[in-house]
Amino acid sequence: MRPTFSIICFTVLSGIGYGAWFLIGLGVAVGPLCSAPGARCAIPFDSFAGWPVAFACVSVGLLCSLGHLGKPARAWRALSQWRSSWLSREGVFALVTFVPALALIVLSHADGLARLSGALLALGSLATVYCTANIYASLKPVRAWHDRHVMPAYLLLGLYGGSLLLHAAATLSGSPWRPERFVLLSGTIVLAAICGWVKQGYWRSIDAQPPVTPGRATGLEALGTVRAFEAPHTEENYLLHEMGFVLARKHARKLRAIALVAAFLGPAAFAALALALPAASTAAACVACASGIAGLVVERWLFFAEAKHAVTAYYQR
Amino acid sequence: MTTLPPPGAKKLGLVIDLDTCVGCHACAVACKEWNDGGQFGALPDEDPYGAQPHGVWFNRVHSYAVEVPGLVIGESGIARARAPDATSPASPIPDSPFPIPGLTVHFPRSCLHCETPACVTVCPTGASYKRAEDGIVLVDADKCIGCQLCAWACPYGAREFSMERGTMQKCTLCVDRIYNETLDEADRQPACVMACPTRARHFGDLGDPQSPVSKLVAEREGYALMPEYDYKPVNRYLPPRPRRGGCADAMTKASSPESLDTAQLPGVLRWLDRVLSR
Repeated sequence: MRPTFSIICFTVLSGIGYGAWFLIGLGVAVGPLCSAPGARCAIPFDSFAGWPVAFACVSVGLLCSLGHLGKPARAWRALSQWRSSWLSREGVFALVTFVPALALIVLSHADGLARLSGALLALGSLATVYCTANIYASLKPVRAWHDRHVMPAYLLLGLYGGSLLLHAAATLSGSPWRPERFVLLSGTIVLAAICGWVKQGYWRSIDAQPPVTPGRATGLEALGTVRAFEAPHTEENYLLHEMGFVLARKHARKLRAIALVAAFLGPAAFAALALALPAASTAAACVACASGIAGLVVERWLFFAEAKHAVTAYYQR
Repeated sequence: MTTLPPPGAKKLGLVIDLDTCVGCHACAVACKEWNDGGQFGALPDEDPYGAQPHGVWFNRVHSYAVEVPGLVIGESGIARARAPDATSPASPIPDSPFPIPGLTVHFPRSCLHCETPACVTVCPTGASYKRAEDGIVLVDADKCIGCQLCAWACPYGAREFSMERGTMQKCTLCVDRIYNETLDEADRQPACVMACPTRARHFGDLGDPQSPVSKLVAEREGYALMPEYDYKPVNRYLPPRPRRGGCADAMTKASSPESLDTAQLPGVLRWLDRVLSR
């Protein structure tokens, strides 16, 4: 499938944005609140620092997704068919999640309401990314997407990217070291390992998928070996342009290695560095976050570009 | 509404005969011509007379070579598309310098108007819909946002996105012809069916077992494409009939002296053959 900038940008940015919002929401819902007498705000400062960055990621990601549309001005129509369409459900949850996200800031002084908003924010973020993953996982003709690893990968990678983002935002804002930071950092390292393991499993799984042959696609395989000898058209059409992308499969091994190192190994190493050397934690957090996001972009580019659509079998590609 | 309507009795669709299709592309051209000016048109092309023309066609005709290890003859005497068989041999004569005995199959590919089409249910806007009254799958161009998810959801490549219009387009089964009372009754058929010079395309109600198309499918063991996706295509393809004498036979004949089946001869010539053979 052709990897378009708009969709990669959308899935990566909104994924880590919702991941960060999930962590913030969860932290507020179940974590310790600021109980210092006279404190203006019940929410820990780390969460406050990460909130606007996550807001920016989510918003930019969602706006990017409009770039993929042929008629972006009609995007509002996409909210109507939530009964059958995962894309529609994703749109609904994406917008609805802004309500608890904003409520969290507005109600930050009120313990109970802040906790409720946090819980709703976490749930909304989770639901949105779940729907995003299902947009792809529900498409049977693209075997590499209709795979059991796709859903956990989207959820975990969003969470992981979110944790990198939160850590970078917290250190950059100069908030003092808090015990939550230790939980966040060690969590990031564990998540990096799990994400790398899931992606490895995903790649093993899609490599083992048998290709769709022209014989299967035409139903003529029972008669013998089917070979395309004349295409219906001499130039590329929409189908070949959109679904006949080959480059990524040619260089899959190298690109997968790059994704693994940049997205998971590198950031995990820098997170460990930040744990060991709190003095270097700001720089380490920034490098980890930048490397992680770059790695996730490569990973997502591969997710689209490596996937092969069944229709290419008619063209024997 | 992109949730599917309850299954209806009427299932309009096409039956395409792969035995008689000669790959002339008349159906594809007639389709483009009609639909460019039809109710769902236009079908604009990018760079139509330039080096890289690019545009939407609802119908594409592929051509395949089938290397035949021996046709499977069904009970009705028709070459049968049987279930995939992991033990079936690959090419019978690998790397042969001679022409490999086989079939040329021309394969028109268009929307199959599935009974449970994923292209409809994935649509976030309701632009994609399946008609309850006759099962035709259509796109409402005024609602389509051009997200292209429906094209991704279709394993048959039935939908093409129009860069010019910014919306998805697909076969309408010529819904603006088949119910068009300004046309003669004989002309109320899809343009591709009307254009086919070998009558390899048939249009009708596949939901009615007594319809001519349903009988044709039953008689010729018509099959659905890639049933494993469970989208339940309505259109059917009729498999190629076995070639006279079989394909492998033709190969033997090409490399050996002429053979004569004396049983086919009239009595006098059979006697002459016997006398001269002494």
